Amino acid sequence: MGSYVLRRVLQMIPVFFGTTLLIFVMVYSLPGDPVTALFGDKAADPAVVASIKHTYYLDQPIWKQYLHYMGNLFQGDFGTSFTGRPVSDIMADAFPVTIRLALMAFVFEMVLGLALGVLSGLKRGSIADTLVLILTLVVISIPVFVLAYIAQTVFATNLGWVTPTVQDSYDLTQLVLPATVLGSLSLAYVARLTRTSIGENLRADYIRTAVAKGLPRRTIISRHLLRNSLIPVVTFLGTDLGALMGGAIVTEGIFNVQGIGNVLYRAINQKEGPTVVGIVTVLVIVYLVASLLVDLLYAVLDPRIRYA
Amino acid sequence: MNTAVDTAKREREAPYEGPLLDVRDLHVEFVTRDGVAKAVNGVDYSVSAGETLAVLGESGSGKSVTAQAIMGILDMPPARIPRGEIRFRGRDMLTMGKEERRKIRGQKIAMIFQDALSALNPVLSVGYQLGEMFRAHRGVSRAEAREKAVELMERVRIPAAKQRVNDYPHQFSGGMRQRIMIAMALALEPDLIIADEPTTALDVTVQAQVMDLLAELQAEYNMGLILITHDLGVVADVADKIAVMYAGRIVETAPVHELYARPAHPYTRGLLDSIPRLDQKGQELYAIKGLPPNLLRIPPGCAFNPRCPRAQDVCRAEVPDLFPVTEEDGTPLEGRGSACFFWKETLHDR
Amino acid sequence: MPDIHDEDSYEPHPKPGVSHLDYAGEQGMAVEQETLVERDPVKREEARSLWGDAWRDLRGRPIFLISAVLILLLVVMAIFPWAFTDTDPRKADLVNDYLRRPNWGDVFGGGWFGYDAQGRSIYARVIYGARASITVGIFVTAAVTVLGGLTGMVAGYFGGAVDAVVSRITDIFFGIPLLLGALVLLNAFATRTVWSVVIALGVLGWTQIARVMRGAVLTVKQADFVVAGRALGAGTGRLMFRHILPNAIAPVIVVATIALGGYIATEATLSFLGIGLQDPTISWGIDISSAQKVIRTAPYVLFFPAAALSVTVLAFIMLGDAVRDALDPKLR
Repeated sequence: MGSYVLRRVLQMIPVFFGTTLLIFVMVYSLPGDPVTALFGDKAADPAVVASIKHTYYLDQPIWKQYLHYMGNLFQGDFGTSFTGRPVSDIMADAFPVTIRLALMAFVFEMVLGLALGVLSGLKRGSIADTLVLILTLVVISIPVFVLAYIAQTVFATNLGWVTPTVQDSYDLTQLVLPATVLGSLSLAYVARLTRTSIGENLRADYIRTAVAKGLPRRTIISRHLLRNSLIPVVTFLGTDLGALMGGAIVTEGIFNVQGIGNVLYRAINQKEGPTVVGIVTVLVIVYLVASLLVDLLYAVLDPRIRYA
Repeated sequence: MNTAVDTAKREREAPYEGPLLDVRDLHVEFVTRDGVAKAVNGVDYSVSAGETLAVLGESGSGKSVTAQAIMGILDMPPARIPRGEIRFRGRDMLTMGKEERRKIRGQKIAMIFQDALSALNPVLSVGYQLGEMFRAHRGVSRAEAREKAVELMERVRIPAAKQRVNDYPHQFSGGMRQRIMIAMALALEPDLIIADEPTTALDVTVQAQVMDLLAELQAEYNMGLILITHDLGVVADVADKIAVMYAGRIVETAPVHELYARPAHPYTRGLLDSIPRLDQKGQELYAIKGLPPNLLRIPPGCAFNPRCPRAQDVCRAEVPDLFPVTEEDGTPLEGRGSACFFWKETLHDR
Repeated sequence: MPDIHDEDSYEPHPKPGVSHLDYAGEQGMAVEQETLVERDPVKREEARSLWGDAWRDLRGRPIFLISAVLILLLVVMAIFPWAFTDTDPRKADLVNDYLRRPNWGDVFGGGWFGYDAQGRSIYARVIYGARASITVGIFVTAAVTVLGGLTGMVAGYFGGAVDAVVSRITDIFFGIPLLLGALVLLNAFATRTVWSVVIALGVLGWTQIARVMRGAVLTVKQADFVVAGRALGAGTGRLMFRHILPNAIAPVIVVATIALGGYIATEATLSFLGIGLQDPTISWGIDISSAQKVIRTAPYVLFFPAAALSVTVLAFIMLGDAVRDALDPKLR
């Protein structure tokens, strides 16, 4: 087990550097000069531009910029945005909001997704099953920004239960609607994955054995069927928490939630390199840690996986 | 151990004369996209305590489906049982309530499957899966169930049972896994065990060990045993009587050694002739021509007629009953039957 | 091809739908039939081929038929939009009241679905919007299938150090969320067309296919016919493309079909965020975005492009579902 974890962590290191380098290159070496963009339509003084570039290390070759950035990163310094605010400050404001939003979406998709998936998996071919299938298909097909509008129109404009956009991003009750919209796509996937997994396992030989053993139905379902069927679902859920945080751009934008999605969107538009790289780096770390945990969890849940 | 308890348990049950299991005119069909597949078409057989019945046939002959119908583990739908009786100790299990039926499974009738690796739950320890029998049917505690599991593993001679009780199925060898399947079937000392190809997935040397163990335990507990197989070799040593199945029907029944010596059905004959024999080394091996029938379109008359060297017009027109088989002078042969119009010619090899 | 299957009356095995019978019989069959029965291997091979079975299965699925018809219609719409409407989708018809409600009597006419805030025919724009979505969907899918397929094939076939390096590179690209990465990449383009979106999504989207392909190749590589092919001296290229590829492609096709709908949705999302397609390209995503301003008074401006987009995505996801069910008998 120990050596397996070590090996996985060692594998993560090149991936971490590779991904951050890739994002770094995408942000800094593609056409479009961020510093000139800073001045908007006004003509920029070349001397000022040069001095800003020097301060932000932008006059150096890309690999030097990257090494410099990484050096600072390992001292906990995410750099400074072009507006002069430390990137870590910006993230400290925005991340708690997004984490809450993502956690709420996560709980929603997990509880409801599993319930619907188990229901339709066990009652294959029933009306409930057909309904779940159609409903999830519809949710998967409707892009999230359309879904957000529908939710906004129905719950804010028509029913008047909530304000169309979030007024206070730290108020959990206001985050319920955006979280539901954010989690809906994954909910549909969880439900379908659970259903398929249950269907596959229902036909497995060991379920037939359990029936032949004369076990009561609820024991067969809880001990043999669900336990085995949930393994792939758990791994999906594990990686999804990170994906929810990265995928919050659209939802946060439409509902005006002041989380990293919103900050990131603005930063990309304004070519705010340091902020973009900082946030994406954190997201990559979240993703890498999550996939490591999922791998370990998988090994715990399924004894056949060997820590080779 | 708990022999006293078991004896008491046996005595409490009303004494029952007659066969332990009696299958009468059993029909099983599968509803498929392409039509109704008639998997079992009127099977009769019976097994008594201490007796071993071997059911022989190719895949698709209905031998496994019959067993699954007896166990009550067919998926219905797509399967359905339009006709027939399955009497256990005189009571028809097909008309019983679900709960009553469940209590027979595992306790009275147990089953051993072909592929132990897939038949055991991969994510639960073997100790748990063995102990589960006691927990579900006897309501014992978790700790006691674990003790019982170790006992069972020792009884089927798994080395270091105490250390291995928490291991998972994939950590055992094929032979050991099949022993665990046997232990699971034996757990509650059932009256009848159905073994569906119990040794097919094993190496030849291990096959013999597992078969011997099964036979030994059967004798010790005086259980009835239905041994389902396609392997004539496995049957010879352990079975008392044989039923040969083809296209969902029994085509021949006989005490085991008589069947080998003098088959009374062309299909059985073909099976025996297609076994390689040392004294025929160098000759071409016999093979039954053609393919087993499509169960969606079983040929009219005797299902074997398209492949049968003896087929006549009558074989294509009428379905033969299971005729009693006699000597040429009319002396009845105990326990023998053949569903062939030309059983006499086949028996006396002309 | 599928007809052979139908005519083959000597099917040794019934197909009892979902049943344990499948498991109970299949394993013993090879052994038994070898000894008991003569058989014609060539005929059986054809009759039981994966593709023949899959096609036969697909034809009978209503979901497949519905989605296939829808997709065909969308493709025709993308190629010949003028066949569906006479109205110019870019013409701002600014009469006294430019925001006009749908006129249900005006079937196939410019006013059928009403006019948007700039007085343009919504019906015409829905029709002309198909081109961008379909083009992006098909070309991104083609790009990621080729890119990911080759990468996965190389990693799976050569294994060892090659696999380790290629797999890490795949991991690196996999770590960047598609939408985020595409936003950053597209931001670099001063003017963006359908092709810039295709490039951005293609560069970032190939990893899933690569992983699926690698897994499939690893499985197929063990198969006897590949070992035999190698023993008989087949070259690397021949082994890869003649022996392994046809047997490893099925899961890739399934993933690619389902992903196609996802790429269409991603393009719309990017356009919606203002970093995807730009005017004068007509895109449902842009139209949905500009409908934002009038959503309260004129919800139909949002409804029609949103519905068109959802139906398109739905059609491809349904197609993928049907193909997966047909190709993966385990899930039936």
